[in-house]
Amino acid sequence: MGRYVIRRLLQMIPVFIGSTFLIFFMVYALGDPVAALFGDRAPDPATAAQIRHDLFLDQPLWKQYLHYMGQIFQGNFGTAFNGQSVTELMADAFPVTVRLTIVAIVIEMIVGVVLGVFSGLRRGRSVDTSVLLLTLVVVSIPTFVSGYVLQFLFGVQWGWAAPTVSTDAPLNELLLPGLVLALVSLAYVTRLTRTSIAENARADYVRTAIAKGLPRHRVVTRHLLRNSLIPVVTFIGTDIGALMGGAIVTERIFNIHGVGFQLYQGILRQNSPTVVGFVTILVLVFLVANLLVDLLYAVLDPRIRYA
Amino acid sequence: MRGARRAKWAVCAIAVALAATACGGGGGESSGVVSSSWGDPQNPLEPANTNEVQGGKVMEMLFRGLKRYNPKTGAAENVVADRIETTDSQNFTVKLKGGWTFSNGESVTAKSFVDAWNYGAALGNKQKNSSFFQYIDGYDKVHPDSGTPTAKTLSGLVVKDDKTFTVKLNQKFSSWPDTLGYSAFMPLPQAFYKDHSAWLKKPVGNGPYTVDSYTKGSALKLRKWDKYPGPDPAQNDGIDLRVYTDTNTAYTDLQAGNLDLVDDVPAAQLKNVKRDLGDRYINQPAGIIQTLTFPMYEKDWGGSGEKEKLRQGISMAINREQITDEIFRKTRTPATDWTSPVLGAQGGYKAGLCGGACAFDPKKAKQLIQEAGGLPGGKMTLGYNADAGSHKDWIDAICNSINNTLGSDRACVGAPVGTFADFRNKIQSKQMTGPFRAGWQMDYPLIQNFLQPLYYTGASSNDGKFSNAGFDKLVNEANAQTDVAKAVGKFQDAEKILAQQMPAIPLWYQNGSGGYSDRITDVSLNPFSVPVYNEIKVK
Repeated sequence: MGRYVIRRLLQMIPVFIGSTFLIFFMVYALGDPVAALFGDRAPDPATAAQIRHDLFLDQPLWKQYLHYMGQIFQGNFGTAFNGQSVTELMADAFPVTVRLTIVAIVIEMIVGVVLGVFSGLRRGRSVDTSVLLLTLVVVSIPTFVSGYVLQFLFGVQWGWAAPTVSTDAPLNELLLPGLVLALVSLAYVTRLTRTSIAENARADYVRTAIAKGLPRHRVVTRHLLRNSLIPVVTFIGTDIGALMGGAIVTERIFNIHGVGFQLYQGILRQNSPTVVGFVTILVLVFLVANLLVDLLYAVLDPRIRYA
Repeated sequence: MRGARRAKWAVCAIAVALAATACGGGGGESSGVVSSSWGDPQNPLEPANTNEVQGGKVMEMLFRGLKRYNPKTGAAENVVADRIETTDSQNFTVKLKGGWTFSNGESVTAKSFVDAWNYGAALGNKQKNSSFFQYIDGYDKVHPDSGTPTAKTLSGLVVKDDKTFTVKLNQKFSSWPDTLGYSAFMPLPQAFYKDHSAWLKKPVGNGPYTVDSYTKGSALKLRKWDKYPGPDPAQNDGIDLRVYTDTNTAYTDLQAGNLDLVDDVPAAQLKNVKRDLGDRYINQPAGIIQTLTFPMYEKDWGGSGEKEKLRQGISMAINREQITDEIFRKTRTPATDWTSPVLGAQGGYKAGLCGGACAFDPKKAKQLIQEAGGLPGGKMTLGYNADAGSHKDWIDAICNSINNTLGSDRACVGAPVGTFADFRNKIQSKQMTGPFRAGWQMDYPLIQNFLQPLYYTGASSNDGKFSNAGFDKLVNEANAQTDVAKAVGKFQDAEKILAQQMPAIPLWYQNGSGGYSDRITDVSLNPFSVPVYNEIKVK
């Protein structure tokens, strides 16, 4: 187990270096960001040259990359154009997005798994069909539609919730955005759970458990569900990364100043330190989430062992 | 039922989460405070580094300079300055009024201005507005085009005593005092230099508001400064500026009563705004003009003779009226000169100066373009940046207008560039092959600001690289003219050269738009389309 984890951690290093280089290269390929800082006015050449020099932009790309990586290993992610250090931006943005992600994951886990178990156990009956239909509808609605519609209904029409999230982004204000963010994944979780449950419901160990005379809820939760959750856990694990990086649309609609907001702003302004820094962290989140998922397999299915 | 128990559990989990954080946030609106939409300013909030509207809003609340532009008329009026005198339009003596202090107690003296201007001009400080100091003598020493500076301070600025300083310009510029309301010219307290990073975290100025707290990237809370010595104290208890990434979201918040003021109504909502807000919708002229600029360095477009006819023909092929009505819902007005109505007739705005060349006349347009040998290569592209605003809509509409005029479906197409930065880079490296979109928001309400930076040979925002000796001569003469009316006349003569040469097609004057909640009154926009925050009253 320990050796397995170490091996996986070591594998992360080349992935990390490769992905940062790719992102760095792509952001810089967009061109020179300095001109846009001056708006519609042509930049004064001397000032522009000074800014380029300070941002290391007058160096060849490989030197910039080495300089940047050197900084990163000292814990310095550079400075955004508004004079704020990127580490500071991260300290502001990541807690907000993490909270939003947690809300979304909790919603999709609870609702998705519960719905999945019900329709899986009642395969082919009316509950199953209606859940199937419902998830189809949810999957086919793009996030920005559900976002704007729910925001208008709950926020403006009925006044049940504030349409936007305030600066501190407390959990209760994140419920609505979290729901919007969770909707699509929720449908996937439901369908994955349903299929898995429906398949395993006829497995030998379930019949054995029933034959032993165990109460039904114990059979379902301890035996059936635990074994059926493996594909669901895989999905949720990768979804954590996707939700954190992909919340751009939701964060924009509900005016949440999280990772998506910073990335969007960074890309618009071609602010390479911000974009590379944030994406680098997201890459790390993805890698760690995947590792955790693999380790969870062993917990869920005793047959899986890591050496 | 088993299901019911699970559902109950889920509800409980959410309830616990709620209880743990309830009362954590919320609007928390105190009675007299106005909340207003804001965009994240691009640059650090310091006067000589603030060159766009979002940062400009804060400067307007935090600082008062020698002059201020009257929020209604746009006229430059003395505020901290008692008088600014000159005999030769080149050497100025500035006398300050007494009694002004910064909110940290430090008094505003001649040194507060001179030090701030020296800071803004110095190359090493990388201030984006440094070129505003270019007319002051010695600028080329502290801010050389290349190489290292040979001086630390502007030789043209001399402090005489606490309340007096003199300015020597490197050329005659009669309306120079009227430029001093721009944010780059604001005074700074000594605290700015002593602990710069602390100052940036919580700026200190001499305006009607003080900074209560500043969370970069999300909110800036300004509170009324009770001891403000100026003539225009805040009528409300404070302003909370909230950053919105999406104007639609801000508008939704306004509708829900979660926000008091938006100063940019999204294009998609323009058709509903009257019904949603009634007379709480503001739509008034601002000092912004949109043009289509020709790359005069391209032989297909630049030059005189036939090419003049080509450029004029394209201008006449555009149905401005229809586009401003249909697409912009009258938040733009068709342009008939190269300035802006906010200048007023005395300031140099002259409706119809462009004459027939800016009026929609498809027959004449077609004839002129044909006389010029048709479009170069039979087609043209209109360059724009696709990342912001609704540029695509109106660019396509202009192309349609031109295509209809010429009776060809493929004569004109839009040429989007991905990002604004890339768009500006292409323009500056002279890579544009066809006309492109250009917007100009005035820095100060002077006709000079609409002409010299844009069309003078080698000027900083002369994107099309237009150069005309006659135009340059008239601008120089106008700048040397001490009589305002005569100077304006010279500028208008220069403008007539633009009408004939048509290096940039005037499209429309842009209005400022905004909407507010029924909690507040006395809301208006100044000529820079910034809300006049200090005059807003809370019911």
